[in-house]
Amino acid sequence: MKIPRLNWPLWAGFLLSLFAFISYPFVFVWFPVTRDFPWANLLLFAVAASLVLLGIRRAFAHDRPNPKRSKGGGVILTTLSVAVFGFFVFMVFVLARQLPASTGHPQVGQKAPDFSLSDTNGKPVSLASLIATRDEKTQTTPKGVLLIFYRGYW
Amino acid sequence: MAKLEEVGIRPVAISVDSPEELRTLVQQAGYTFPFLSDPKAETIRRYDLLHAGAGIDGHDVARPAEFLVDSSGTVRWVNLTESYWVRARPEQVLEVAKTLE
Repeated sequence: MKIPRLNWPLWAGFLLSLFAFISYPFVFVWFPVTRDFPWANLLLFAVAASLVLLGIRRAFAHDRPNPKRSKGGGVILTTLSVAVFGFFVFMVFVLARQLPASTGHPQVGQKAPDFSLSDTNGKPVSLASLIATRDEKTQTTPKGVLLIFYRGYW
Repeated sequence: MAKLEEVGIRPVAISVDSPEELRTLVQQAGYTFPFLSDPKAETIRRYDLLHAGAGIDGHDVARPAEFLVDSSGTVRWVNLTESYWVRARPEQVLEVAKTLE
């Protein structure tokens, strides 16, 4: 039997591990079910790992046409795949959780500190005005204001 | 977000981005609720949400957090995430919104 030169499980495993990494911030983060715990990505990594394992076995098989190249490629792609997985774990489970503790934030039952900040037209908007301004459509004042603090596009 | 507005909750986004940056963002994403700019992080500091040096170039940003404030200006619900990938879900806010007058 002729052995194909390309070790496809190895390459597929490596490319899948890249996809498993990239798909979190670009795809799965948009759905709370796959975002809060990245199980979909971990599943993809698991499939990628089995492909890489299959690939490395092939790479070290005795009947490869070019054993040196095959083994070298196997080691490099396996290392890269492991690195991608390691970086994913670091990004999701370590880096993203390095948030400073907040002890002085307004607690439930306390008054929210008022503020006056510029909107997109440079016009100052205060919390008091957000609470008191009527909605254009319903002509009623809101029941509540949801303040969403976010990191911004830094 | 539209659901929130239906039940009378006005969402407001706050970050250190400049009004110009926010305008671009709002135009691109088509958001219909206000985006406010806190470039010196004064309000962010007052709410104790400063994440010092965490922005690109090491400038200060806000750590993600959500507060639901009722019509009397009282905080009724707080959500401080443990991970910046994970944010509050609209359903959580809708649940609290039911208890507001």
